Amino acid sequence: MSLAVPTKSSRREVWRSPVVAVLALVVVIFALIFVVNPTFAAPAPLLALLKKSAPLLILAAGQYFVIVAGELDLSVGALVGAQVVIAARLIDGEDSRVPGVLLLMVAFGVLVGVVNGLVTTVLRVPSIITTLGSLLVLTGAVRFWTGGSPTGSLPDSFRVAGRQGLDVAGVEIPWAVLIVVGIGIGVVTLMRTAFGRVLVAVGDSDTVARFSGVRVAAVRTAAFVLSSVLATVAAVLLGGYAGVTSQVGEGLEFVAITAVVLGGVALGGGVGSPVAAMLGALALDGLYTLFNQWGLPPTMRPAVQGVIIIVAVALAAGPATAALSRLRRPRISAPALTADPVPDGTQPTFQASGRRVPDQMKGQGEPWDEPGS
Amino acid sequence: MSDGLTTRADRPSDLRRASLTAGLTSTTIVFLTLLILIVVSAVLLASRGENLFATRNIADILTRASLLGFIAIGQTLVIVCRSLDLSVGYTVATTSLVAATVMVGEVERVWLGVAAALGVAAVIGLLNGMIVGVLGVNPFIATLGTGLVLKAVLDTRYQAPAGSVPQVFEDLGYTRIGPVPIATAAMLAVAAVAWLVLRRTRLGYHMLAVGGNTEVARLSGIHTTRTLVAAHVLCAVAAGLGGLFIAARFGTGSAQVYTLGYDLDSIAAVVLGGTLLLGGRGSIPGTIGGVLILALLDTIFNALSIDPFVKDILSGTIIIAAVALYARRRPPSAALRRRFGRRSIDTAQVATP
Repeated sequence: MSLAVPTKSSRREVWRSPVVAVLALVVVIFALIFVVNPTFAAPAPLLALLKKSAPLLILAAGQYFVIVAGELDLSVGALVGAQVVIAARLIDGEDSRVPGVLLLMVAFGVLVGVVNGLVTTVLRVPSIITTLGSLLVLTGAVRFWTGGSPTGSLPDSFRVAGRQGLDVAGVEIPWAVLIVVGIGIGVVTLMRTAFGRVLVAVGDSDTVARFSGVRVAAVRTAAFVLSSVLATVAAVLLGGYAGVTSQVGEGLEFVAITAVVLGGVALGGGVGSPVAAMLGALALDGLYTLFNQWGLPPTMRPAVQGVIIIVAVALAAGPATAALSRLRRPRISAPALTADPVPDGTQPTFQASGRRVPDQMKGQGEPWDEPGS
Repeated sequence: MSDGLTTRADRPSDLRRASLTAGLTSTTIVFLTLLILIVVSAVLLASRGENLFATRNIADILTRASLLGFIAIGQTLVIVCRSLDLSVGYTVATTSLVAATVMVGEVERVWLGVAAALGVAAVIGLLNGMIVGVLGVNPFIATLGTGLVLKAVLDTRYQAPAGSVPQVFEDLGYTRIGPVPIATAAMLAVAAVAWLVLRRTRLGYHMLAVGGNTEVARLSGIHTTRTLVAAHVLCAVAAGLGGLFIAARFGTGSAQVYTLGYDLDSIAAVVLGGTLLLGGRGSIPGTIGGVLILALLDTIFNALSIDPFVKDILSGTIIIAAVALYARRRPPSAALRRRFGRRSIDTAQVATP
């Protein structure tokens, strides 16, 4: 028994490393893209592909902060739309206004994040409701302000980030790609700081975090602010890349959440790597490209996406099923535990240990004492 | 004894008072809010020379409430189990199409159409439940996924309305007894059944237990997966009833229903009604109150011809404000402890060594 368990768990351990799993997925998807259309296997088209995916990767990074802290941000899509409309309306083609409006957009992003965060933490509204509310408010406000069809235009200076690139040894590397790489490094660095650790701790168990002296409300609010600010960056790229319509950003929140979850970041918080989340976004966008190449009718795309996210989460997401799998296979982490795995469906008894499962055991993953341990 | 739970139980009078207010909160606050809203909107409408209590307005509110009600009742059962169903909008659209295409306008095929629609709904629910319960996929992702699959099927196969229902069935969508549409009566009957299931049957208790704490429920010998699947099937069937109502109202099946946002609206109604999103505590009457609030807002906004875009802003703000009010009143920890009412505190006390 003691021999079988480690091999089993170490095999699962590899699967359960989200970065490895998602990276494999990305490689497979891009390999398929190259097979279907070999012209993609060159730096320029590949970079163009990355440039197109950049906003989603950034949104995924932002959503990662919120999800890992145990919340959800449904307002990012609406925020992207609002920011693009604000930019077009206020800049209205004038180069001189670009820096000022950019600052204003960041400030607005911070404001939305602070409101989302405070309503969720201080007023204790579940984040799915809070951000659903701000989604409604943002879309309504923007459409009311513009009368349904956005006006104004974005000058070329605003579109640099979304459309142009840096010339390196004859290859033009899009600014969007550089920004994504920069944000990726920034996010990884941030997650290694005390703030990052605390963020994960809050997502894992806010009660424990609170008892450890963490200001949970402040940390969660910061996560929402990060999400909104990153959504603002995505809006700058998306607005520069595409045109100005009030539909920009519509539905992006679900795509971003899908991407993050595809990256193995557990909804409910406390688990997951930011790199995996961004790779999840890349995989998802790669899938869309692949569907294009396969010539699937566009209306069938959601079906494939739906099946894939379910399968991906069911298979690779140890995190999402952690509660279940951990219970079926008691961890050997504590030296006292030498229990056999509990066969599915049987009910363990407690008469020997005398330990009572706490009323508020929300963590769902705690190993328990087996009789005779 | 540092356990706050036992300390409180030591003073029975305190305990009784605490659980009394706890029992009141879930429904009273919603219906108080509803009452205030009714008064405010009646005054607003009166100032414009209109009457909120005119048959037309009442019927409008109740018709809106019927459809959302069917969906929200099912959603309550799922949320009580700490799950979620984001696919209800697509289930409504699918079942309306199934009903209308099976009936093809013939009276004798009405029952066949109803059975087919509810059967398809049950299959969708079964699928959702199995993915959540057996595969252990997060309900948010699972139902988003099945919703996307349904959306794709609908978009590909049914770009235009399809099928038709016979006049008899269409009448069901429009007949009223006084100002009360038959559909509303049906919805309230379903609500009563759901309330009984949740409060008086083993399945209902199991749902609350699973939502409260899945692991504790499992350790107590409850088939958690079975309970979760049952909740999802019931939710989808309730949404199927909504689809039948749509078919009756439109006289045909329409795929476009899913664009109306019933998935998020139903969740909003459930949460407005005082059901904890985290599961384990829920109230069907509260949900009906939430549904009525949302329906009333819609009707008022229309009657006052408020810009549709402002509507979004207002309903967003109101939902957040209402839920914030609840959260203030009922700290989560207290809610968790009182989940099973006064009795469980006694048992908990006994169980505490």
